[in-house]
Amino acid sequence: MTSFKLSSLRLFTAAFAALALVLVSLSPAYAAPKKDFKVGWSIYVGWMPWGYAQDNGIVKKWADKYGINIELVQFNDYIEGINQYTAGAYDGIMSTNMDALAIPSAGGVDSTILIICDYSNGNDVIILKGKDKLADIKGQKVNLVELSVSHYTLARGLESIGMSEKDVTVVNTSDADMIAAWGTKDVTAMVTWNPMAAEILADKSAYNVFDSTKLPGEIQDSLVVNTQTLKDNPDFAKAMTGIWYETMALMSAGDEAATAAKTAMGTASGTDLAGYEAQLAATAMFYTPQDYISFTETELEKTTHFVNKFLFDHGLLGQDATSPGYIGIELADGTIVGEAGNVLLRYNTEYAKLAAEGKL
Amino acid sequence: MRRFINRRPDAVTQLALMLLPFVIVVICYMVASEARLSVNPNDKLLPGWSTIAAAVERMAFLPDPRTGNYLLWSDTVSSLTRLGIGVAIATLIGGVFGILQGLIPYFRATFNAFTGVLSMIPPLAVLPILFIIFGLGELAKVVLVVVGIVPFIIRDLALRTAEIPHEEIIKAQTLGASTWQIILRVVVPQMLPRLIDGVRLSLGAAWLFLIAAEAIASDSGLGYRIFLMRRYLAMDVILPYVAWITILAFSLDLALRLFQRIAFRWMYRGNGQ
Repeated sequence: MTSFKLSSLRLFTAAFAALALVLVSLSPAYAAPKKDFKVGWSIYVGWMPWGYAQDNGIVKKWADKYGINIELVQFNDYIEGINQYTAGAYDGIMSTNMDALAIPSAGGVDSTILIICDYSNGNDVIILKGKDKLADIKGQKVNLVELSVSHYTLARGLESIGMSEKDVTVVNTSDADMIAAWGTKDVTAMVTWNPMAAEILADKSAYNVFDSTKLPGEIQDSLVVNTQTLKDNPDFAKAMTGIWYETMALMSAGDEAATAAKTAMGTASGTDLAGYEAQLAATAMFYTPQDYISFTETELEKTTHFVNKFLFDHGLLGQDATSPGYIGIELADGTIVGEAGNVLLRYNTEYAKLAAEGKL
Repeated sequence: MRRFINRRPDAVTQLALMLLPFVIVVICYMVASEARLSVNPNDKLLPGWSTIAAAVERMAFLPDPRTGNYLLWSDTVSSLTRLGIGVAIATLIGGVFGILQGLIPYFRATFNAFTGVLSMIPPLAVLPILFIIFGLGELAKVVLVVVGIVPFIIRDLALRTAEIPHEEIIKAQTLGASTWQIILRVVVPQMLPRLIDGVRLSLGAAWLFLIAAEAIASDSGLGYRIFLMRRYLAMDVILPYVAWITILAFSLDLALRLFQRIAFRWMYRGNGQ
């Protein structure tokens, strides 16, 4: 028995060490003023400027100005980045408004949209094979990434012609395999986004029957940050805002430097300048702080209701959600859409206003 | 003092030691989950037991409001059907080619290098080609399982076949057996239990390929559900699904082992077992 006692003692010591290690690695970051910040981003037309800013010293310049360190980390898997942010490993993440509401906010992480980078203005497309009207989709199997903005585009498209998701069968398909999937004879209807959509539409049998130009402002691509981190570290928000609008000014100047920047962004996203320009044409970029500020003052409240309804219908606001407004959303002017007692997503234009006034 | 290597735990200690790692993992989970929930009661990464229990009830015992199906069971049926068909086909192909490759020199000369090379190609890397050939339906998922595990089964069985003592083959020939008779009467009976071993060892890989196939394009299945739920970090559903897959995989392995024991009793005789 002594042997058992001896070995079990060792085992328990090892177990205790392991336990301590797990605890340290899993406990969420407690908010407090800090110096080092991590922000995740993934390849998408409206987010490529972040990668460019990182590579060309713009991130470092603004971080140094406020005496902090900002690390931009590129995720090859968009959703994994949002999950990591929700779990507390990142201070900010590039996300659509819909995913920000469905993942961190529905998961109880109070999040703030600090900058809307752009909205999809044709980037998300419903494509049919050999048919040119959306109504022909009835009864078909539709390949798309379920519960994504593609699914949202489909739901809104069907709604626009008086149909619903009951009229089609949704097949969850990985975005990485969309182009290969289109080449198979089983696939006759698809919803996807650029650059895949552009590639697929190059096929003669592919018809664009509905796209996000008909849903202006509903699919926003934003920088989302943890609200508590933001409160404790206004310098972090100032630096991020500074980085973004400096890069935007550079990119939209129309001179040689702008072309060089856009070429670099195109190359980094696996295409070239022409390909990147084509994607930009289907994207409403918010080049100036004023673009973002006026958007929040006009369109935002209306579009928020559509997104809430979609998420609620698909059970994405959590099992306890009793209405589309279960999670309150605070608009930039303080108006609350939904339940005031459960505000977990906020739009903030405070820092964009500082940028507009040149006070960063 | 007796050396450590010669000390054996008694029955009770053995049971306790077996359970210990499991208990430690569960305690680690509970403590970490508690720590996260105390900061954010809605935390999705490490949900508490009551949240997990509610998710299990919702998935397994209540019909889905949109489709009316009991999701856990319909997912299980879809996945097990695909896995079953895939593994059955792979066993058949593996059995035939493995024995021929291990026994017949002409066959070995033709196919040995080919299956060797084939087994080194990661099937997930050539997915687009599989899609174009087999489409995106049920067939493609079964094919991915087959392609994923067949090279291993063939190579394993070919090696086992080559290990049959040559004296046995000679003896059968002196008794007048033809090639066909040798295969049927000498080789196949010895190889069937080895084939089951090979299948058992490749079941883990089969699950991996099944779940990968379901993640890529699907509308039901255990892998489909896990990847869909992952989109909004619903670990309260994913964790029970993972546990369920583990139970299914363990049971399949156990069933094959029992079948082997009962059907091939001779294997366990004569070597002191």
